[in-house]
Amino acid sequence: MSEKKKSAWSPSSREIERRKTRRAINRKQIIIAVLSSILVLGTLALILVTSPGWESVKRTFFDIKYGQEILPLVAKGLWINLQLTFIGGAAIGVIALGLALLRTTKSPTLTPFRFLATAYVDIFRGAPLILIILLVGFGVPALGLSGVSSNVIFLGTVAVVLTYSAYVAEVIRSGILSIHPSQRAAARSLGLTSGQTMRFVVLPQAIRRVVPPLLNDFVSLLKDTGLVSILGVTDAVRAAQINASRTFNYTPYVVAAILFLLITIPMTRYTDRAIRRRTSAQNSEGAI
Amino acid sequence: MGNVLELSAIRKSFGDDLVIDNLSLTVPEHTATVLIGASGSGKSTLLRCINLLETIDDGQIFLDGLEISDPKINVDEVRRKLGMVFQSFNLFPHKTVLENITLSPIKVHGKSRDEANAHALHLLRRFDLADKADQYPDRLSGGQQQRVAIIRSLAVSPRLLLLDEVTSALDPVLVNEVLSAVRELKGDGMTMVLATHEMGFATQVADEVCFLESGAILERGSAQEVLHNPQHIKTQEFLKRVHQAGRL
Repeated sequence: MSEKKKSAWSPSSREIERRKTRRAINRKQIIIAVLSSILVLGTLALILVTSPGWESVKRTFFDIKYGQEILPLVAKGLWINLQLTFIGGAAIGVIALGLALLRTTKSPTLTPFRFLATAYVDIFRGAPLILIILLVGFGVPALGLSGVSSNVIFLGTVAVVLTYSAYVAEVIRSGILSIHPSQRAAARSLGLTSGQTMRFVVLPQAIRRVVPPLLNDFVSLLKDTGLVSILGVTDAVRAAQINASRTFNYTPYVVAAILFLLITIPMTRYTDRAIRRRTSAQNSEGAI
Repeated sequence: MGNVLELSAIRKSFGDDLVIDNLSLTVPEHTATVLIGASGSGKSTLLRCINLLETIDDGQIFLDGLEISDPKINVDEVRRKLGMVFQSFNLFPHKTVLENITLSPIKVHGKSRDEANAHALHLLRRFDLADKADQYPDRLSGGQQQRVAIIRSLAVSPRLLLLDEVTSALDPVLVNEVLSAVRELKGDGMTMVLATHEMGFATQVADEVCFLESGAILERGSAQEVLHNPQHIKTQEFLKRVHQAGRL
């Protein structure tokens, strides 16, 4: 490797001129961006505020005083959503990894499990989550199995885990399949068994590659935990619903939406950054 | 001095494409056999067959007298005795240089981490790469990566080393550092089968040169015989083309 040269030079008059031109172009672009933003956003705001129903909408959806009053109740509900997300997320990670490995295995012993894993993924990826929640939430207690909890939070979590494990398994599987066969060939030529090759060579690379899409699924998971409210779990959505139907004021829904956004927007921003980093890292990887 | 490798009338086809055609070859211990031939002549496939990465359609492969083309054989055990270096290096990008080298000694050969590290560092020092031990492969030049790949295959002390056009992906300046590493192995008495386009290098290391054409060995002999006094018209044509490309 050659030593980096230190840059010690004073720019030529041509370069100074070029920089001045670039600055001028930049200024012009900023002015255009600001003007166009004011025009578009201002028009939208104007349409909203001057609409005939604005006053009543403001009263029923954006009642700030009422919003402050019910904020603790909705926030308490959101805590349920967060717990559900993290506990469910951990379970999903483990189950999805197992499913992905089963679906990619060529082991003859595991053949029946490979079929079962494929059927599982097909079913739970294809059925609407809300149906699974209803089926598990109302169906399982009806079975009257001893030892199975009929706690709605537990059953709601199970339903979400069942569905998301299928999604996440497919993401992990696509990561496994994206690892070039030459990596497997290199590992096998060193005497590693197919299991060792998966564990030490393929899976670590595959997981790294699918972290951004998995973060995406994590954000969706947090939002979709709101669906367990249909079982009567007092999460943020349910808390908002109870209060809204009591007062006929919909501000609680807006409060719940804002609380969800406060968590999901930073997460999606972070995911986008992770994807960008991943892409630029891959570009510098070259032939490998 | 026994034969490390014996190929007896092996065949391999991909669909209708016959890639290895009734090929026999013997590689005595401590010798280097160099495979030359145009792209698509079957050199890489032959090496992959020896390593059991491809299953042959007919014939037999013997390693130290044991038939490894027997379907009942444990392929993982066979591969422990073979080293393979690929054209595209195939280092593990998520592992450091040291981890790349010690993975197989630790996980396959049951060495302790300390023992494996010490041996790896010894090899890295020998090939002037000691300062790269903790780097990731993408920080290394192509020549350095390929030398790491060679060390990785050496770390398990293989009976036979298979080198598949190990310099084809490198620029001319980097080719030399890799070739001198291979020359050193030859000096150590490592038994090798190499596919290469570097004819000068072939002359230096080959005990036997085989010219492959459409999956068969058309001409074989010492480097002097095959490379400098070829008998077969196809060998002459091939060498002329290589010569025109400035590689002899």
